[in-house]
Amino acid sequence: MSSVGSYPGPVMTAELRTTTGESLYPRLEPLLAQIQKPIQYVGGELNAQVKPWDAAAVHWALMYPDAYEVGLPNQGLMILYEVLNERSDALAERTYAVWPDLAALMREQGVPQFTVDGHRAVADFDVLGVSFATELGYTNLLEALDLAGVPLHAVDRDESHPVVVAGGHAAFNPEPVADFVDCAVLGDGEQVVGDITDVVKAWKAEDRPGGREELLARLARVDGVYVPRFYAMSYGDDGAIASVTPTRADVPAKVGKRTVMDLDEWPYPKQPLVPLAESVHERMSVEIFRGCTRGCRFCQAGMITRPVRERTITGIGSMVDAGLKATGYEEVGLLSLSSADHSEIGQLAKELADRYEGTNTGLSLPSTRVDAFNVTLANELSRNGRRSGLTFAPEGGSERIRRVINKTVSKEDLVRTVTTAYANGWTQVKLYFMCGLPTETDEDVLEIADLAVEVIRAGREASGRKDIRCTVSIGGFVPKPHTPFQWASQAGPEMIDNRLRLLRQKINEDRKIGRSIGLRYHDGKPGAIEGLLSRGDRRVGRVIERVWREGGRFDGWSEHFSYERWVAAAAEELAPFGVDLDWYTTRERTEHEILPWDHLDSGLDKEWLWEDWQAAISEDEVADCRWTPCYDCGVCPTNGTEIQIGPTGRSLLPLTVV
Amino acid sequence: MARQPDGPPPPPTVQKLRIRYAKRGRLRFASHRDLARALERALRRAQVPMAFSAGFSPHPKISYLGAAPTGAASEAEYVEIGLSVRCDPEAVRAALDASLPEDIAVLECVEAGVGTGSLADRIDTSVWRVELPGLDPDELARAVEAFLAADVVTVAKRTKNGLRDIDARPSVASASASAGAGCAILHMVVRQGTPVVRPDDVLAALAAVADLHPPLPPRAVREAQGRLDGTGTVADPLGPDRTAGAPDQEAHAAV
Repeated sequence: MSSVGSYPGPVMTAELRTTTGESLYPRLEPLLAQIQKPIQYVGGELNAQVKPWDAAAVHWALMYPDAYEVGLPNQGLMILYEVLNERSDALAERTYAVWPDLAALMREQGVPQFTVDGHRAVADFDVLGVSFATELGYTNLLEALDLAGVPLHAVDRDESHPVVVAGGHAAFNPEPVADFVDCAVLGDGEQVVGDITDVVKAWKAEDRPGGREELLARLARVDGVYVPRFYAMSYGDDGAIASVTPTRADVPAKVGKRTVMDLDEWPYPKQPLVPLAESVHERMSVEIFRGCTRGCRFCQAGMITRPVRERTITGIGSMVDAGLKATGYEEVGLLSLSSADHSEIGQLAKELADRYEGTNTGLSLPSTRVDAFNVTLANELSRNGRRSGLTFAPEGGSERIRRVINKTVSKEDLVRTVTTAYANGWTQVKLYFMCGLPTETDEDVLEIADLAVEVIRAGREASGRKDIRCTVSIGGFVPKPHTPFQWASQAGPEMIDNRLRLLRQKINEDRKIGRSIGLRYHDGKPGAIEGLLSRGDRRVGRVIERVWREGGRFDGWSEHFSYERWVAAAAEELAPFGVDLDWYTTRERTEHEILPWDHLDSGLDKEWLWEDWQAAISEDEVADCRWTPCYDCGVCPTNGTEIQIGPTGRSLLPLTVV
Repeated sequence: MARQPDGPPPPPTVQKLRIRYAKRGRLRFASHRDLARALERALRRAQVPMAFSAGFSPHPKISYLGAAPTGAASEAEYVEIGLSVRCDPEAVRAALDASLPEDIAVLECVEAGVGTGSLADRIDTSVWRVELPGLDPDELARAVEAFLAADVVTVAKRTKNGLRDIDARPSVASASASAGAGCAILHMVVRQGTPVVRPDDVLAALAAVADLHPPLPPRAVREAQGRLDGTGTVADPLGPDRTAGAPDQEAHAAV
């Protein structure tokens, strides 16, 4: 990996300090006066914690590799922050991606990457945990490592450097960042962060025997922890992986995921962080269940978080109560992958609305399935708060494509549901779709227009109003690891852009209706790069590094993302291996190809995934195992887990008035 | 015709409270919008019985008076809130102060006096103290002298519509220099008008008239706001409320 070192790139010149855990704030403060939105770097949020450095045996820096406004509300990071800080032997602080204006000043003045809590140098910590919700955060990891003064490549680090741990959904295929991270953690983080803390603490207490290598070997033996350096890759003449071989006898051949059972035992976050700065979610969230077995074939989250584990209605009630008291938010999001599917959602919404009657406290479900929606539920949700718009995600434009993706709902049901919402006073409905799904044709996408037109026509009639609106929001589909579509050919940006153009034309054909329909979409180019990073292998690391060295940052932001830079870097860095961008994206994989994530176990049987992929092509549906018999996806027997759902039969008592 | 939500209108405002608060330390980097959000959440945490506007999106009745710029600290920010239940102003002050981050301090809370007019009418001037680390106080004193001696000092000000030339001189009622620990301190009394002249604009003016270039970013604190009187000092804007007393003396609810 030395060939990339010759590119001119940013150079971090911060001197390493002798005392650790010291606050950098006095050096940072003069810089804050010269930049945009300085509030995001000062910390001091409500419920933030700063523990004494020396009292903790293990120091964690937790990073969300995107802007503060996106990263702060992240539930995963907030949970781990609290879980770790509750331990008397651990300390956790947060760090976020630094915008280029401050990064430039930090390099100029030698101020390294810092945490927002204690303004301590990230390099001083024992562990740097990075949560990847999306692959487009990879260049921000490199930027943070460089600003921190931590060697970019894991092999160049010694025992004085933090252990860089990747987590989050993207960590289910960490191969593209395998050169830069020391470990990847698969699955739920609540328990494994404690196990990692124990290992690091013991190794430090024994005076670091065997150096970094020994520490990583010990971590590799922790359930759910993957240490890429202990696995060698070889490639065949066709460019595909020929073998994945553990290089030590004491590491597992296949690394499994962690699953937290009984969510009521993990009521986090208890004290949600409340920023002063504006963030993307101006509400508190309570996760009402984890996992989803609806079986939408495009959905990585629904595949890798199985089985469904519900929090009980009473457990949710106490989290909402404690969270509202701790934050002062006026909206509570009832979070999950498909919240209306909670076995007691109707009763939960009603009883929460009763509890908060007269307090201007709103409830919201971030995603609602069309077939699980009903007006009673929606009315309860908005009873005390502001009536926001409704969002549905049919995902596919035609009934045919909805069978392919296994999100079956008839056009009639869809129109009826949305019309009912208009008739009951909602004026804004947002519909989410994807473009570029496997087997998709132009006609499948054009049916989105028919659907939107029908929704507006029926909605105007049912509500007697002309001012109702429907926003159609479309994203390009990116095939993800550990899903039935992991073998699929990804549609190229030209195809996606062309279909979206045709769709726009069709929506505008009838201006009388079309003016009530908004169309929101992004061009297909970022999706192609996300595709490269999602299904990439270790060779893609060179592309990421090249892009970062040439200035790539904040790839999730259209004003920073450069498709041309990625394409050029991919062409040059991948050519020596005989592969290219298309090989990773638009190429359909065959059944027995070794995929870069095959040695990482989400619990799903690869055979079952293949069968489900074949069923998709045949437009066959599969039902939800919560309500129909098990179809042997493999997760429960592999992990020794089971579905945990209600109803519990319990109910929420009114809160006692203080 | 505009639609109305079902059900009765929200309870009316029965009491108006006027509040002075400070933003200090790290939170000098909070913008007006950041502070407004923090205040609204703190009012909820403190369970202050706010009055709400009617309509589908009820908002708590809060009026903000001209906020200090992002990056400037302040000991004198003002806000007025409307309550639906009468409360003891001191209890509201204490509860709100406890619910806000440490670097935001709720200093005073008084009930709006009957017939005393609006709070906005009692504020037209800011008193600023600007620390300039690493600058020689004598150099600052000379620059201030040159500035005060000038009739017009034009500086370029960044506005929504790009850079615009303004005259910084007439808004500055008085200015002086003093020495602090490792810094020079600029004291000034600045009228609030349109366009607003902020400490940065005055520093730009000092650069223009005397080529003054402080080596490090300034730290500005708004020490007071009020109406400028004939003697060059500003009057406490909450003074009239204190002397007028409350409009009617029903029992106060506990916060």
